[in-house]
Amino acid sequence: MKNWGFKISQPRTIDFDTADLKEFNKLIEKVPSSKRCLMCGACSATCSASNHTDFNFRKCHLMYRRGQFEGLADELDKCMLCGKCKLVCPRGVNTRAIIYNMRIFLNDMNYKNID
Amino acid sequence: MNFHPFIIPFSAGALFLFAVVIYRFIFWFRSLDRKQMYFVKKNIISFKTVSAVWEIFREALLHRNIYKKNPLLGYMHMSLAFGWFLLIVVGKTESSFYAGTFFEEPWLAIFFKYFAKAQHEYFMAAQFSFIMDLLLLIVLSGVALALIKRLRSKVLGMKKSTKHSQFDRIALASLWWIFPLRLLAESTTAAVAGNGDFLTGTVGNLLSGLPVEALELPMWWAYSLMLCAFFVSLPFSRYMHIPTEIVLILLRKWGATAGEQYSGMTDLQINACSRCGICIDACQLNFAVNINNVQSVYFIRDTRYKKLTDEVANNCLMCGRCVDACPVGLELTVIRQQLRNKAEVPGKHYFDYSKAEDSEKRTDVIYFAGCMSHLTPSIIIAMKKIFRQANEKFWFMDEDKGLCCGRPMRQQGFVQQSKDLISKNMRLISSSGAKLLVTSCPICYKSFTEEYVLDIPVMHHSEYIKMLLDKKRISVYKSDINMVFHDPCELGRGSGIYEQPRDVLKQLGNLNSCNTERENALCCGGSLSNAVIELDTQIKIRNQALEVLTESKPDVLATACPLCKKSFVHGNKAKVMDIAEIVAESLNLQTEINIKITNKNSLVTETI
Repeated sequence: MKNWGFKISQPRTIDFDTADLKEFNKLIEKVPSSKRCLMCGACSATCSASNHTDFNFRKCHLMYRRGQFEGLADELDKCMLCGKCKLVCPRGVNTRAIIYNMRIFLNDMNYKNID
Repeated sequence: MNFHPFIIPFSAGALFLFAVVIYRFIFWFRSLDRKQMYFVKKNIISFKTVSAVWEIFREALLHRNIYKKNPLLGYMHMSLAFGWFLLIVVGKTESSFYAGTFFEEPWLAIFFKYFAKAQHEYFMAAQFSFIMDLLLLIVLSGVALALIKRLRSKVLGMKKSTKHSQFDRIALASLWWIFPLRLLAESTTAAVAGNGDFLTGTVGNLLSGLPVEALELPMWWAYSLMLCAFFVSLPFSRYMHIPTEIVLILLRKWGATAGEQYSGMTDLQINACSRCGICIDACQLNFAVNINNVQSVYFIRDTRYKKLTDEVANNCLMCGRCVDACPVGLELTVIRQQLRNKAEVPGKHYFDYSKAEDSEKRTDVIYFAGCMSHLTPSIIIAMKKIFRQANEKFWFMDEDKGLCCGRPMRQQGFVQQSKDLISKNMRLISSSGAKLLVTSCPICYKSFTEEYVLDIPVMHHSEYIKMLLDKKRISVYKSDINMVFHDPCELGRGSGIYEQPRDVLKQLGNLNSCNTERENALCCGGSLSNAVIELDTQIKIRNQALEVLTESKPDVLATACPLCKKSFVHGNKAKVMDIAEIVAESLNLQTEINIKITNKNSLVTETI
């Protein structure tokens, strides 16, 4: 097929019977401001990492919220944690802390020296 | 032989203490990393050891650093440490004279008054007796001050003191009781045998109404048991700092520092923390937003007892104010960094930033604005103007597709990812062939100077502008604006750059001083190191800092960090400008410059 530079997203269904929404509650506990996010995408617009990759914080956050964790861990690894997204957020969401905590939850990142 | 069963608790406690302390020192010494070991071997026989001994005397005994904080607090620590030390030394000398040999029973000095009851005649007996009483009085005055500090810490210059655990309180109580019990024991003996001086003799006279002969032995027993209690609790309580600090000072003087990884040096430092709580008053999370469980003293305590939670480890601005305040000189931010580190996945590479642009032309200077500067474009515009005016050929490394320097990643403990970014950036920098790297962001500056291995010098733009002014490559005119300079944490305490930005600002207008500058500067609250606090908390920290900074109602609040600028701008208290912007505004534009912008890279090529 000819590459037009655009593509059509595949239709998706989110089955809320099976999706694990508990994880998002865990995130809210750690970063209460994640509730305030209105998915405007300002974070993704300013993102340094999105210059190089297809990393998209808004998308990752939404996926996490809906309990779709497939491939999310690798996606989150693209972030450089520079914190620009946090400064541009119009809702004062601590986006950097959200990524940090999502990484910890998903990748089972272990602290080297904390039991 | 001078023996009585009451010396047994003391002797057993002392033996236990020595065994545990020596065992631990050997263990920590063996877990030093290779670099630390190298320094130890290199400098153990050198003049550094002598200067270490001098510092041990000044710090571990006289507590000079605490004197600087508050004289009364310093006296309290000195009277306990140096007073007790002298009690031991003078006591030992006295008992040696008494016994006529240096190798008398080791406990004789401790319980001297009891055993020396029968014989009052030995070399300088009266003088020794007087000195020992005086020393005991000095130590007791320290105990009294310590008691006052527990009740009202403000008297000794501390707004808040440490909240101790139950175990520490027991150790604390046993230490406090040692000296009053010694006084009582010696006084009862003085009442019985009449060998007291001005203190023990007087107290003995006061006690003479009581059945002193029946009280004497129980008092000595209590004294010995209290010593035993203190010795046994010492290695597990905060008083472990007494032996550890001595070793720490030696190692530090030899050149060992806490590295990137947790090592024996870290163990030494966390055990050398005396939990004095001086860091609590320094912490902005304490006095601006009333978070009271994350300060360095609690962080170190939790680390030592393996109770550290990730919230305590991560809830820190890493501003370094506590490092500056710490009388023991612990590397608190480095240790916190070590504890934040995540386990590495061997062989995994995280980033493929092949789109990052290489420099197309060989240039003299690399300009690395940093991610944050891209959110304060006025700094970048100002820097470009300065570069053009100085006729500098520069490559704007992160103009379009720049990478992060790697420090924010590292501060959250993702060391492996950070190393990935660092190696990519190092390749870019070395391929450009430039002779100087200029950055606008103190976070990047610290990263470049500490974590990168570069063969070219790195300058923060305040240093660079100062150099240009000194070499008369740019010139500025002085206006009559009033300015206050805010020291960014990473630039000031982090990298020790205090003078350069001030020198530049003095050439531009009037620089007012404020209460919180240089080592004492506050954090703007925007610190990237803290991934726990939310925006509302940050705003409180910022407002508190702004209030102090704008006390003198300056026209301009000058800073040298894009992140500080971004934080303060929203406070709407004063006009906030980066040092580069002020310079760019006051430039004497003497030559007319033709700027050619070659495709994407804004390379300044020639001057007409």
